[in-house]
Amino acid sequence: MTRLKYSPLNLGRWLVWGGTALLMIVLPLILTAGFTLTLLSQIGIGIIFALSYNMLLGQGGMLSFGHAVYSGLGAYFTVHALNLISKGSFYFPVTLVPLVGGLAGIVFGVIFGYVTTKKSGTTFAMISLGIGEMVAACSLMFPGFFGGEGGVTTNRVIGQPFLGITYGPSIQVYYLIVGWALVCMVAMFAWTQTPLGRMANAVRDNPERAEFVGYDTHMVRFLTLVIAGFFAGIAGGLNCLNYEIVTAENVGALRSAGVLIATFIGGAGFFFGPVIGSIVFFTMVTAVGAVTKAWAFYLGLMFLLIVLYAPGGFASLIAMHVPVIKARLMRRLWLPYAATVATGTVLLIGLISLVEITYHYSLEAETAPEMKLFSFAFKVTDGAPWAIAAGLLVGGFIISRFAWNAVGRAWGEIVHILQDRAAA
Amino acid sequence: MSAAIELRAVTKSFGNTEIIRGVDLAIPQGERHAIIGPNGAGKSTLFNLISGRYPLSRGDILLNGVSVSGLKPFEINRKGLSRSFQITNIFQRMSVFENVRCAVLWSLGYKYSFWHRLGGLKDANLQAEAVMESIGLKARRDTPAGVLSYAEQRALEIGITIAGGANVILLDEPTAGMSRTETADAVELIRKVTQGKTLIMVEHDMGVIFDIADKISVLVYGEVIASDIPANIRGNKAVQEAYLGTESH
Repeated sequence: MTRLKYSPLNLGRWLVWGGTALLMIVLPLILTAGFTLTLLSQIGIGIIFALSYNMLLGQGGMLSFGHAVYSGLGAYFTVHALNLISKGSFYFPVTLVPLVGGLAGIVFGVIFGYVTTKKSGTTFAMISLGIGEMVAACSLMFPGFFGGEGGVTTNRVIGQPFLGITYGPSIQVYYLIVGWALVCMVAMFAWTQTPLGRMANAVRDNPERAEFVGYDTHMVRFLTLVIAGFFAGIAGGLNCLNYEIVTAENVGALRSAGVLIATFIGGAGFFFGPVIGSIVFFTMVTAVGAVTKAWAFYLGLMFLLIVLYAPGGFASLIAMHVPVIKARLMRRLWLPYAATVATGTVLLIGLISLVEITYHYSLEAETAPEMKLFSFAFKVTDGAPWAIAAGLLVGGFIISRFAWNAVGRAWGEIVHILQDRAAA
Repeated sequence: MSAAIELRAVTKSFGNTEIIRGVDLAIPQGERHAIIGPNGAGKSTLFNLISGRYPLSRGDILLNGVSVSGLKPFEINRKGLSRSFQITNIFQRMSVFENVRCAVLWSLGYKYSFWHRLGGLKDANLQAEAVMESIGLKARRDTPAGVLSYAEQRALEIGITIAGGANVILLDEPTAGMSRTETADAVELIRKVTQGKTLIMVEHDMGVIFDIADKISVLVYGEVIASDIPANIRGNKAVQEAYLGTESH
């Protein structure tokens, strides 16, 4: 696992951070598809949420199944705060309203976290699951606060516009999200460079030794969870502003599982992993979700493949190429990679076809057997499309095995060369 | 001046089995004290009791005159006692430097701070560098601890133990598994880094013990059967029967 080292004039780091900020700012101006702004807003909020989750999973070694509790309760407190502000009960600028969510995250982090963090490992995971279920159950027990099944609605356009900013148009909310996301990213990165952040790593790696150098591991985990709760709460507050409605889904197990999947796909061992993970995750949910009902199947399959073959996530796949690029050995990989992409595309088309045809067949075979896929029109009740799809899948699998073996050989040679150079 | 460590009728049972049976022992400040005994005598258990890893069944332990029985390991560590482990117990995924720095943070008062930047902690960084220098791992500064050689890991183990500046040091078999030359280096290192401190050491290598220890206690079946200067231990009949005569090493 690589560790980010502090060096203020690190060019690479400035490029990564600056590039991220620039992309977030200019992307909505370049991409104009209908769902772009929705997707980018989700990603921005998702980045804060997943990074806060990774304070637990990646930095502190705590596998939580209930992180949505903190973002969800943050969202609920924000929605009630917004409604009180609009009634004139008190004044608070909308720009800073996510802080209400953050505060709620801290309070519930203190309340639930003290119990949850007593133990690590499986016990922690189980308790976090239990607390998640408890809070989700409360959402139906206290409809006054949680709004029952309909949730609580609000209106973010309140108070006097400031410099023409009303937060009415989605683009204004998007830039509010970007602002908060950048501030939170910097703050969470800074946290990894503090004594508490480092001791969270120490407690993750060897809790017993941490106790024998003077640290109460329970306290380290507890404080880490409270701070993670704060950032999760901010993400929840932004969610509330973005959708102007908060429902029980916000505290639910599905949301908790989503952030785990996003973080893991991106790579829990790297600070930027959850950022990548959020991009991939919400692209699957929203962009792929816009074109196919089978998006969850593809997401699940991707998660499975990552867990099995690249447990360090996308970030680790990128990071493993850094020494190769430095050693100027990438040219050995281009050809096998190109072959893998080509053969993999065949495999993927076969897989997608089969999945889509199956979905269409099981859902609409009776009423509308015609479907269009990759600009081919056909009837799912015919045998031919099934045979072609299956053929592509099997054929693609066989030829991509060859390409994959070539990748393996190329990597074997590269590792060999790097070892020889290191020894020399 | 009160003893650095004082054990009063310390007893430990696991289930019905008494592993430590009423040990009384007082180790004055600045003494280098070795605990020897045959396998299964309870030496490591005794260390685990002193350092708070296990709770006592009966009796009391005093550190610099103050009772520490019932305290947790981190509380005892904060009172100035630090220990090493028989099986290397380091932060495997962190660099040598990070390992040592983690061990100095609490004693320098940074505690659970999330408002200090590690890179800007001059005192912590300098102290960590100094410890790396003294354990001879300066060249390995940025190497992940998990890939160090065995002897290097043992040196790091001692480095983490002494880094926080504790004045009572417990070393559990610091030279176990080492070659002759590595052992000689380790003895030098232990001598150097425990200068002016109270050292309590469990060790099997008699050469190391007679080399370092001011005093030796012999633990047999959970009881101290002798506690004296090395020369007298060598000539003690009961010790020879119980331990030296029957064990080859």
